[in-house]
Amino acid sequence: MAEGSYVRIEGLKRYFDVSPPWLVRVLEGKPRQIVQAVDGIDIEIAKGETFSLVGESGCGKSTVARLVVGLYPPTAGRIEFDGNDIATRRGQGAHSALRRRLQMIFQDPFASLNPRWRVFDIIAEPIRAFGLSKDKADLEKQVGDLLRQVRLTPADGAKYPHEFSGGQRQRISIARALASRPEFLVCDEPTSALDVSVQAQILNLMMDLQRRLRLTYLFISHNLAVVYHISTRVGVMYLGRLVEEAPTDTLFRRPKHPYTRMLLDTIPDLDMTGRQRAPVAGEVPSPLNPPSGCSFHPRCPFANERCTVERPKALPIEGGSVACHAIEEGRLAIEDRSYAARG
Amino acid sequence: MAGNVPLLEVKNLRVEFPTRRGTLLAVDDVSFEIAPGEVLGVVGESGAGKSLTGNAIIGLLEPPGRIAGGEVRLEGQRIDNLPYEAMRKVRGARIGAIFQDPLTSLNPLYSVSRQLVETIQTHLPLSAREARARALDLLKQVGIPGAEQRIDHYPHQFSGGMRQRVVIALALCAGPRLIVADEPTTALDVSIQAQIIALLKKLCRENGTAVMLVTHDMGVIAETADRVAVMYAGRIAEIGPVRDVIKNARHPYTRGLMGSIPSLGVRTERLTQIDGSMPRLTEIPAGCAFNPRCTARGERCLVERPDLMAAGASRAACWLHDARGVGMPVPLAREAAHG
Repeated sequence: MAEGSYVRIEGLKRYFDVSPPWLVRVLEGKPRQIVQAVDGIDIEIAKGETFSLVGESGCGKSTVARLVVGLYPPTAGRIEFDGNDIATRRGQGAHSALRRRLQMIFQDPFASLNPRWRVFDIIAEPIRAFGLSKDKADLEKQVGDLLRQVRLTPADGAKYPHEFSGGQRQRISIARALASRPEFLVCDEPTSALDVSVQAQILNLMMDLQRRLRLTYLFISHNLAVVYHISTRVGVMYLGRLVEEAPTDTLFRRPKHPYTRMLLDTIPDLDMTGRQRAPVAGEVPSPLNPPSGCSFHPRCPFANERCTVERPKALPIEGGSVACHAIEEGRLAIEDRSYAARG
Repeated sequence: MAGNVPLLEVKNLRVEFPTRRGTLLAVDDVSFEIAPGEVLGVVGESGAGKSLTGNAIIGLLEPPGRIAGGEVRLEGQRIDNLPYEAMRKVRGARIGAIFQDPLTSLNPLYSVSRQLVETIQTHLPLSAREARARALDLLKQVGIPGAEQRIDHYPHQFSGGMRQRVVIALALCAGPRLIVADEPTTALDVSIQAQIIALLKKLCRENGTAVMLVTHDMGVIAETADRVAVMYAGRIAEIGPVRDVIKNARHPYTRGLMGSIPSLGVRTERLTQIDGSMPRLTEIPAGCAFNPRCTARGERCLVERPDLMAAGASRAACWLHDARGVGMPVPLAREAAHG
């Protein structure tokens, strides 16, 4: 794994200061408040892979995406991309060359496209910004090709975003992300604003493009079934930490961490196998005041004394890793899960 | 399905929006029934008219939308033409409503107890003390821990899942016979979703309340509903027992929809996809509204609009199930693939 890793994230942390204003703190004696949105995460992604991060809202998965593309500077930790550290941002030249190779697709195709720009200009922007076209004719050809690549027509370039449906807009954002000929795409919930039949179109398109252009994806989603289809490896996040990470099949066949098992249990059973869903009690605690020890312990049926005080370390197991005392001590058996194939 | 008189009967319901450029028909000739204690799922993609159908039933269509035809009967009584005040009495007392966003369906300025007590006293002849006792009871029923303390809290002090429980308690205030739930779990995290679904199911079983569950999430339907209606472009494409619709879909749209949902267990190179997208209301094609995306279409589909007809255990609006069939096959044009 180590030598093949193309993107390597080490000890990544991002804290947000959400304290009340200084005057309020002084007058009312309120303390500083820090949200540990991402609290020490290690990820390695090999070239051509899709690494997915799953978790519930507030677990920090979108913050990781934003850190990786550099929309936020990290509080601590390293983000290495093809051997270059991109977390410490110094200078322009070499850095902008790296930026070109790394692009992002956002969740909401209604908010991420400038409504006053024509689609042509939206897609041409990265090409112009990085100086990737020789002349106007070349630019037009490139944009036309990009539109065709996402199964729109070059004539669509003359339209404005509002003339398109949600799925078509997401195609436009994909075309824009591909415009600078990137190698690594960070996709933050790219299909969760879309209807299922359109979601299937976009997922198929993304998988086609990955094969054709040898793209590497960091895919952020809360939908486990989507993640199962698109990923090579999956990381499960809970309250800013990675609780389990494994190759997709291992994670879904032999989930280890109790939180992963719980998430898998919540997937609705479309195959009507009569499997009972056991809804887990409790909710994600506030990241302002995370529980001590293992942050999942208040909801975990297997928690004991140790879990409430000591934070579990990531333990390598079956090609992945899991951070859980119950697994480490052998208190919790690892079982195979079976899924019915849809008839 | 118990009883011969359906609890809710919707017949040829039409909802239209007058606009400057002509009238848009958003719900077109929709008919269905809900038996007492039954959960009917209504699924469809955005713009299919499922929420409008729900809103039309509870009399909360946003103007200029209006019911242009058909009738809605609750326990045999017509409710679609009731004056505003009379409808207010029906809504809340006999029909409860749960909306998607629990934050906007609660008043942020009133404590939960005040909102519950107000609703209870509007519909039931109870004293303030009795109403409060009932409110507390309801909060316990929907599983809010420490209900005694939390009853006087304000909505912002509850988490999303807890807020949705409060909204459910509000809907249950007067012991309605029917609950119209519009995307009740969409705004929630998956683990909370499962809790809310389990709660809804439990309450229906215990109180014999019927539910019209409007959602885009087939998984929620599969878990909760007895029967399901699949809507497309303002019409019902298929309606039948949930098992049949999911496992043995009769309408090509339902089949495509089911195939496009990623499932665990089988990893395929590609998901089944339906090319194109649902037509806008201004450009609904002639014949079957699904024909520009349908791989099984024939000449007849381009000109004649199918009504619901028997198809196995379900009913589907598709000429494939008619004795005369679809006619000469018409392959899809290449352009249709541009989604």
